[in-house]
Amino acid sequence: MNTAGLLRVAFQSLVRNAFRSLLTMLGIIIGVGAVITSMAIGSGAQAAVQAQLARLGSNLIVVVPGSSITGGVQLGAGARQSLKLGDATAIQADVPGVAYVAPMSSTNSQVVAGGNNWATSIVGTTPSWMSVQNWTMSQGRFFSDDEVKSGAKVAVLGATVQSNLFPSGGGVGSSVIIKSVPFTVIGVLAAKGQSGFGRDQDDQVVVPISAMQLRLNGQSWLGTIFVSAQSPDAVASVVSSTEALLRLRHALTTRAPDDFSVRNIADVQAAASATADVQSKLLAGIAAVSLIVGGIGIMNIMLVSVTERTREIGIRMAVGARERDILMQFLVEAVALSCAGGIIGVFIGIGAAFGTSAGAGWPIQIAPSSIVLSFVFAALVGIAFGFYPAQRASQLNPIEALRHE
Amino acid sequence: MNTNGAVHNVLRHVIDVRDLHKVYRVGAEDVAALDGVTLHVDNGEFLAVMGASGSGKSTFMNIIGCLDQPTSGTYLLEGDDVSHLSRDALAAVRSGKLGFVFQGFNLLSRSSAIENVELPLTYAGVRAEERHERARKALEAVGLGKRLNHTPSELSGGQQQRVAIARALVNDPSLILADEPTGNLDSHSTQEIMAIFHSLNEERHITIVLVTHEPDVAAWSQRIVTFRDGHVLDDQPTPARASTEAHA
Repeated sequence: MNTAGLLRVAFQSLVRNAFRSLLTMLGIIIGVGAVITSMAIGSGAQAAVQAQLARLGSNLIVVVPGSSITGGVQLGAGARQSLKLGDATAIQADVPGVAYVAPMSSTNSQVVAGGNNWATSIVGTTPSWMSVQNWTMSQGRFFSDDEVKSGAKVAVLGATVQSNLFPSGGGVGSSVIIKSVPFTVIGVLAAKGQSGFGRDQDDQVVVPISAMQLRLNGQSWLGTIFVSAQSPDAVASVVSSTEALLRLRHALTTRAPDDFSVRNIADVQAAASATADVQSKLLAGIAAVSLIVGGIGIMNIMLVSVTERTREIGIRMAVGARERDILMQFLVEAVALSCAGGIIGVFIGIGAAFGTSAGAGWPIQIAPSSIVLSFVFAALVGIAFGFYPAQRASQLNPIEALRHE
Repeated sequence: MNTNGAVHNVLRHVIDVRDLHKVYRVGAEDVAALDGVTLHVDNGEFLAVMGASGSGKSTFMNIIGCLDQPTSGTYLLEGDDVSHLSRDALAAVRSGKLGFVFQGFNLLSRSSAIENVELPLTYAGVRAEERHERARKALEAVGLGKRLNHTPSELSGGQQQRVAIARALVNDPSLILADEPTGNLDSHSTQEIMAIFHSLNEERHITIVLVTHEPDVAAWSQRIVTFRDGHVLDDQPTPARASTEAHA
């Protein structure tokens, strides 16, 4: 019998037992729906975490001073005064795969503008900082390399600082006083909001690193060096080269511990995405189990159907059906059941994902691959669990089948 | 003449059965359902098979219908040895050469008359339009040209059996096997059905082997073979029909 004939016979048989067919498909419907919903929620969560980490700066590597031991008292990371501006310059010059290097030194201070004042953190850095941390300007401009070289007294305000010092907006061109030193405001950063760690990233004032070191904190060492790699693939090699370079520059002997620490945002990102990945795989695994249970339901009903239709099988064999014709007839029926269940499940899964998103406010992301995957899996379940009943039907003895009541 | 005679001999016999044995194992015992049956049925013959139940006539019908295989012996169908073919090869023989008519009609209950008649052609790989056309002609030949789309439940017993005959007829078989085709029918329908078999045999020269318990039905045939205990007990031309009722 040809394919169209097989499909027609299978379709007729399923429609004649519409309610039973629907109940049989239910397992597959729930399974496919669960796969799609869980994968939509899982990848939605993953995308949200990734987006948050991406805001921290893509391919970001952070170099901080190591801890220091003074008289047996071990102080925390960053207590050492080991990182110098020269280290930043050397990383930029000597480490392959580096896109930007931004040295950073910071202090806290009261900032005064006219009648308003605001306590905030002052960050000294170079123009690379913009790229490294993915900042954009909302007003004015950032300072230039020349202004860093000359130690110009210019400042860029975070959005929170601007709104506190200049409640009516603006402020570019005005003067602010930091630690008794007047700085000219040349720009305002576009607001970023809270960081992933709950800190208001817009509550800061950015000045050239030279102005910071010369006029504000008087320190020659750096708090942090931000390094961004050219690509995610380059991150690992940049980390190891940076470590080697700094050990050399700091003249550390083989046994001496690092007096700095290189941290990799990509690692944090990978850990976060691995967590989300495990969660969505777990959910998909549970869903796969329900698909298999659905397959067992199909097998059960197909076995019942073969028994019920033994006489029909006998008639078909008597008029010339070969084993393969009978096998295909029942196999196509099982696959039609699972595929129809799969299609309904896809729609229910998409609906449930949007429902969850609307109800619980979770981010969702429906990947076409999850739809294709679950549908193909459902079809395979139909073939796998439909084969045994179909095989049994095809092996019936025509004489006994014809006598069956 | 001799060589021609041999060829002619083979072709003359639609069924050529030699020393057929069929042994079933029932529990620990072997039961011989057929115990050395030798029989020839000529092309165009109308044969009635009679015998009590358990005489082996059903087993014989199953074997010549290629639904079962003999334990030993040979069965030549139109000169081809079909006694030891595979299941699929037997299915192909049924599809190409045989038509079945059963006591219980054995129609697909949810399919229309024409769909039932088309069924053998579906498995023979005939295209849809030709299938439909041939099925329609077969139904017209048995007088059901106006009931193509009725399902079996909408037809009387006699009409259902006529659909079954159309189904047996549709693939132009060499041989139609009828297993008590009138067993479930009233006497009027029995006459109708037997008249159809008679005309198929007379006009189309289709060989018919028919199992029956009823002498009235057997009277339509040309030759009566009686089975008993797995043997052919008697093999006689049908006596001239005395009763005029048989020709009603």
